[in-house]
Amino acid sequence: MEAILNISQELGRGLWVTISILIASALLAYLIGFIAGLSRLSKNIFIQKFTGLYIEIFRGTSLIVQLFWLYYAIPMLFGINLGSNWVIGVIAIGLNYGAYLSEVVRGSVEAVDSGQTEAAVALNMSSYQKMRYIILPQAVRMMLPEFGNYTIQMLKGTALVSLISLSDILYYGNILRSSNLSQAPLIYLVVLGFYFILALPLIFLTRKAEDVSKKGVAN
Amino acid sequence: MNYWSFERFFEAWPYILKGLHITVGVTISAFLFAAVFGLVWAILRRVENKQLNFIITWVMEFIRSTPPLVQLFFIYYAWPVIPVVGVTLSPFVSAVVGLGLHFSTYIGEIYRSGIESVGKGQWEAATALNFSTLDKWRKIILPQAFPPTIPMLGNYFIIMFKEVPLASTIGVTGILHMANSFGSTHFNLIEALTIVGIIFLALSYPAAVLIKKLEVKLNTRFDKNADIKPIE
Repeated sequence: MEAILNISQELGRGLWVTISILIASALLAYLIGFIAGLSRLSKNIFIQKFTGLYIEIFRGTSLIVQLFWLYYAIPMLFGINLGSNWVIGVIAIGLNYGAYLSEVVRGSVEAVDSGQTEAAVALNMSSYQKMRYIILPQAVRMMLPEFGNYTIQMLKGTALVSLISLSDILYYGNILRSSNLSQAPLIYLVVLGFYFILALPLIFLTRKAEDVSKKGVAN
Repeated sequence: MNYWSFERFFEAWPYILKGLHITVGVTISAFLFAAVFGLVWAILRRVENKQLNFIITWVMEFIRSTPPLVQLFFIYYAWPVIPVVGVTLSPFVSAVVGLGLHFSTYIGEIYRSGIESVGKGQWEAATALNFSTLDKWRKIILPQAFPPTIPMLGNYFIIMFKEVPLASTIGVTGILHMANSFGSTHFNLIEALTIVGIIFLALSYPAAVLIKKLEVKLNTRFDKNADIKPIE
């Protein structure tokens, strides 16, 4: 018991890095998801193809490869140092899951009944008004469960940032293990426990989102 | 600061491709592991005992919502130290077990959704025709439950393929590992990592397109609304 407490105390030092990366990358991914998802539906063929390319590249390769790639490429290609690995971690996770979320956004917008679009057109709404007041309010509630699921995936993805030497929960876990191999099972179980406790609120929110998205909708 | 060099880019290809069979091998083995273990979860989820079912559900949730990377580390570093049951596993086997176990919880849910998608009338018909439990599953339920899950299983195969480079952290010599070792001897990783990205894209994109096609085909073949058809 005391051992668990000691391990937790040590791992707790990485808690903030994990949480802050999760929050920042989730916000970035939501933003990109909406922008790319709506761009994919744009009538402008150039915007449509360009976002399509972005989505296929980021969905077609692994997060770990993208993370390493950005880690080496950003300073090299742009000649700038972003100052911290934290930013690179957030960008990598945000871009990766933004691509997945944009497909969710696109799918939900397309799933709104075409009668709704026709009604908006019949009421002489501008295309902005149509999106803002008719389509999105209905599409967003359909997206909620998937957004919840992908947020849990992002939490799992944050563990990768320990590989670009950011001191998150797993980083401290690895340090503890390297100094005390016989305790490795306990250390990693506590690490898993940390991630699970962080995931719990997300799991319940996702379940709630599933209820919300079903309520009052006839299908 | 090093810059992009096409010379290094072409030099790296054959070196990195040497790791491809390992990456693909881990993917296939881990997928088979997950497909079999997923069956175990699907069966366990049908346990009637409430408390037991609750525990199983949360064990699955635990495996599913914690990072596969940590699970790999657990199996590779921690498992051998555990008394009595602990055995030292090679990096390859650790990756297969770790990724296989992680994704078996997803695949178990896919099986479950497939079984639940079989209409109630089919179960009742099996009972009415006095089928034994074995025959009911073998001749009525599974032939209808399995085909609709094929595209979903295919998607998870691709997802797992993309998670396999995680195994390079425990020393599985797949393409990412080869790229890292090439990069560290040539003092620049960017070309090697770009190649890894290209390989993943070149394999996973056509596979995804193929599965999409399969899905459309199956959807027209197994129309959910065509549950009750008059016998001709």
